[in-house]
Amino acid sequence: MRAAFVIAGQEIRVGLRNRWIVATTLLLAALALSLTLLGSAPSGTLGADPLAIVVVSLSSLTIFLLPLIALLLSFDAVVGEQERGTLILLLAHPVARWQVVAGKFLGHAAILAIATVVGYGGALAALSLSGGGLEGDWPAFAAMLGSSVLLGAAFLALGTLASVVVRERATAAGIAVAVWLVFVLLYDMALLGILVADQGRIVGPGLLDALLLLNPADAYRLFNLTGSDSVSVYAGMSGPGESGPGTSGLTPPALLAALVAWAAVPLALATAIFARRQL
Amino acid sequence: MTPIASLNGVSKRYGALTAAENIDLELRGGETAALVGHNGAGKTTLIKLILGLVSPSSGRVDVLGCDPASSRGAALRERLGFLPENVAFHGAMTGRELLGFYARLKRRGGTEVDGLLRRVGLAEAAGRRVSTFSKGMRQRLGLAQALIGKPELLLLDEPTSGLDPASRADFYRTVDDLRAEGATVLISTHALAEIESHADRIAVLHRGRLVALGGMNELRLAAALPVRLRFTVTPCGTGRLLERLGASVEIFERSERRLEIGCPAAEKTKMLRRLGDLWQLIGDVEVKTPGLPEIYSRLVDREEAR
Repeated sequence: MRAAFVIAGQEIRVGLRNRWIVATTLLLAALALSLTLLGSAPSGTLGADPLAIVVVSLSSLTIFLLPLIALLLSFDAVVGEQERGTLILLLAHPVARWQVVAGKFLGHAAILAIATVVGYGGALAALSLSGGGLEGDWPAFAAMLGSSVLLGAAFLALGTLASVVVRERATAAGIAVAVWLVFVLLYDMALLGILVADQGRIVGPGLLDALLLLNPADAYRLFNLTGSDSVSVYAGMSGPGESGPGTSGLTPPALLAALVAWAAVPLALATAIFARRQL
Repeated sequence: MTPIASLNGVSKRYGALTAAENIDLELRGGETAALVGHNGAGKTTLIKLILGLVSPSSGRVDVLGCDPASSRGAALRERLGFLPENVAFHGAMTGRELLGFYARLKRRGGTEVDGLLRRVGLAEAAGRRVSTFSKGMRQRLGLAQALIGKPELLLLDEPTSGLDPASRADFYRTVDDLRAEGATVLISTHALAEIESHADRIAVLHRGRLVALGGMNELRLAAALPVRLRFTVTPCGTGRLLERLGASVEIFERSERRLEIGCPAAEKTKMLRRLGDLWQLIGDVEVKTPGLPEIYSRLVDREEAR
């Protein structure tokens, strides 16, 4: 495990050196600040829970942005080293193949976590310190931060998998873009289309739940928009099963478990494929 | 002497391509061995097999008592050093940072890093980004990286390609130092003339097969190349010289004042003795023993003809 941490540390050092960490942190902080400032305008201050509104708007933004950042970070992980010619040197050192994959993933996850927690957290801390009076649902905000990192981790794992299966960097980049398009944009549209066309004949609540868990972005959205009462009021959403008589199995723990699985399964696959690779 | 690494009947196939075929090779402790062969002869494949980066299609690889491609390979690689062909680094990092990273992977402290940078002559440039390094500096950083942790076995893949003569000399000095320190070194190279005087044994590879293996003398015998004798003679003396030497000698050059003949290495002195009183015709004599470049092309030609 030690070698994995050494590799993770090196990834973070590279992230600091090529300004990735600074750039993403500033981007997320700027968006969080502007959304908080703008977001409180329409609702006013009377009776509304400003933090809940922040959670709604920030999580909607995160769904688009964090997967993209995660894929950009990770698609290069293995295939980039291979193309630069540094992979063979790395593997000639006392490291196991799984440690390379795990180390890269851990390093990228740390970069994402720093950017998210410092960016979002810093922006909100600055607002509340400057007298913005952000009273409200801090646990929901904390849950959003944590689940955002988890969403990022899921897409990091997908990007790492893409990086391991192909031989060329450009192909991995193409796959990363496709993954983003499918999971973040197309999946929901297709699902909506199916639901409208199907009119509930085949796709019942159970199947719908399963289909929602099959996309990490949906699992993240449901977790944050329906996870807390104060938030779901502003999100204008209810859990997919709530209209029926308690048929949904999509509890917050189940959604979190889905996100964890979305990180763990691609990562395990990437490790297994990379371990058998002949260089 | 116990072998540091051994390959027994090792073959490696990539799909239809056979990169190594039935190779038997032992590296003895403390020796400097050279792998020579054309591009694609299987030199890098052999090094990758020893490092455990690829596993053999058949046969057995054993390095320091274990199989490098097994799960124990990672621990084994702590005792190996490797300089890849066309070594590359992450350009955004400095030389010292990169060397520190590889030292941490090998569980070595940072104190060793500065010493190694000094040893390869990069102490001044260590704080600069590697992207500003010249090819020679990068190669030297690669060598420093390979030397981390005093490896028992060093694998150097085309270490001198693209280096200027001064850097090459520096490099071979380091190799000789390492040999004096007792390290086992395996160098793959195209630079046949250079490696001759630095290697104890030479393995000649051709199309994935081990064509010959041994010291320079053994290779010379195996190649059965003639030693060339080049005489400068008084005008019109060449005919009399040839008469005396016998009809069987091979003539490479004959002019009014010059005669170059070839004879088997073992008969060199006999030939010279045979000249007897004709010595007075000879102004000068040059004995040319075949070097590794000639031996190599003879061995390869013979292998091709098979």
